Amino acid sequence: MKQLRRIALYAGLTIAAITFIYPFLWMASATFKPAAEAGSLALIPHDITLDNYRTMWARAPFGRALVNSTFVATTITLAVLVFGSMTAYAMARLNFRGRPALNAATIAVLMVPGQLTLIPLYTLIVQLGWIDTYAALIVPYLFNATAILMLRQFFLQIPQSLIDSARMDGMSEPRILFTIFWPLSKPVLSIVAIFTFMGAWNEVLWPLLVVREQNLMTLPQLLTVFALGGGAGTVGVSLASAMVLVVPVVIAYMFLQRNFIESMAGSGIKG
Amino acid sequence: MRAEQKSGSLMAGPYAAFLLVFAVYPIAFALVLVFLQWDLVTVPTFAGANNIRLLLHDGRFWRAVANTFVFLSIHVPLQIVTALALALALNRQLAGRSFWRAAFFLPVVISGAVVAILWSHLYATDVGLINRLLVKIGLSPVPWLTDPRTAMPAIAVMVTWKNVGFYVIIYLAGLQYIPRSCQEAIEIEGASAWQRFRYLTLPSLLPQTILVVTLSTINGFQLFIEPYVMTGGGPLRRTYSVVLYLYNNAFAYQKMGYAATIGVALALIIGIVVFAQRRLIGRAEAL
Repeated sequence: MKQLRRIALYAGLTIAAITFIYPFLWMASATFKPAAEAGSLALIPHDITLDNYRTMWARAPFGRALVNSTFVATTITLAVLVFGSMTAYAMARLNFRGRPALNAATIAVLMVPGQLTLIPLYTLIVQLGWIDTYAALIVPYLFNATAILMLRQFFLQIPQSLIDSARMDGMSEPRILFTIFWPLSKPVLSIVAIFTFMGAWNEVLWPLLVVREQNLMTLPQLLTVFALGGGAGTVGVSLASAMVLVVPVVIAYMFLQRNFIESMAGSGIKG
Repeated sequence: MRAEQKSGSLMAGPYAAFLLVFAVYPIAFALVLVFLQWDLVTVPTFAGANNIRLLLHDGRFWRAVANTFVFLSIHVPLQIVTALALALALNRQLAGRSFWRAAFFLPVVISGAVVAILWSHLYATDVGLINRLLVKIGLSPVPWLTDPRTAMPAIAVMVTWKNVGFYVIIYLAGLQYIPRSCQEAIEIEGASAWQRFRYLTLPSLLPQTILVVTLSTINGFQLFIEPYVMTGGGPLRRTYSVVLYLYNNAFAYQKMGYAATIGVALALIIGIVVFAQRRLIGRAEAL
């Protein structure tokens, strides 16, 4: 009886795992199939072809989009880490006028749904003349309230004696932050880095609003425009373009899955 | 002390400025835009309560709200049941627990745009994977995304599939907090597996369930890329979402005042629904 229940448990888990993994495996395999074979359920293509990738690469600037996405997501992540920890350090460990107000404002901002500010932010970008610029994609994300609160929470637990003795040695506050706090904060920094990068990498609504020029599009945006514009034509080509976005993420996920799960579950971000 | 003041202001100052420009100003301006008519090209004009009046009688907006409730009525219960079931399975003595967890979480890390494109191929009527499977076991194919009755449920199932790994982690964390002594006590009392689940596990997980309900509801109101990619809001507008309508008003019709009004209304609706859900769950628990 007990044996039977174990078997049922593993059978159930296996079916669940297949449900989550099989569609991605099928997708990867479909990109190597010729058009005639595209719909088949088999995971191993009968005839292997790279035509889907050639077509996709030739029809839309996916190489350029990969560079754009990498640049935008990396810049945002670095900014959120550096500026975010400076802010969080000040909010956690320094006394300055307006600190309680800043704390309260940060929490309040997190409670406002993004849809409320979407249009005013868009009109702001238009008025700044930032449509079709990297600035539109990056600047509104330079600070992240969730990241700041997480870092602040972590920085609050670091002993005051470390700060005091560093000050005795004449260290400036930013130096204390980057040479003493940062090495102690690797877990929280990696959590912030992953969810920030993934959020920026997967974001699609904001780029759809502020970028129209194909050469400036990020991957999810170009992918969407390509699929909707009918540029893809066949299943294989459409999925091949999606692979450009998925492969780097899946590789990173295979190596850092524990960090990914901790980070994305902890922040409440769902790409 | 003076030095600390100065460093503090210098280090937090940029963030304060950022908040003013990219959070406080947009929130305030959203409330102004509600009373304006503006196409971004000509000078904005004062529109009084026109946008609000229009919204209250706008069949398309209320259709989108109704669609969202259809989505939520399937998505939220399904999300709770699947996440809870998988979390309970993962919470046992298992070989390869981290593999299972990683498998369930995989769709969470994949972009929503990719998932939408992938699933439009899975759901395709003639060549779609799901219909091929149905035909193989002797059933007739279903026009998932082109039948007004099945399109929104199909999207709801897909979103549940994409996010379930996230909620599994939340439930797993909750399960760790159920004290061993309680589990042992209820077992000694001779409770059946179902009784243990019903009278210990489920009530203990109430905070997690509230979180799952709240987050999946908010997520449902933010539905955009799925209908945008898979159906364009059709068939018969049955998958048109509020954010898709907001996006089209801003981007396709250049109606900034009206788009902002939709945004404010959506924020209010989210607030009301989430508040009502919490009250209801609180009352249900008291019974």
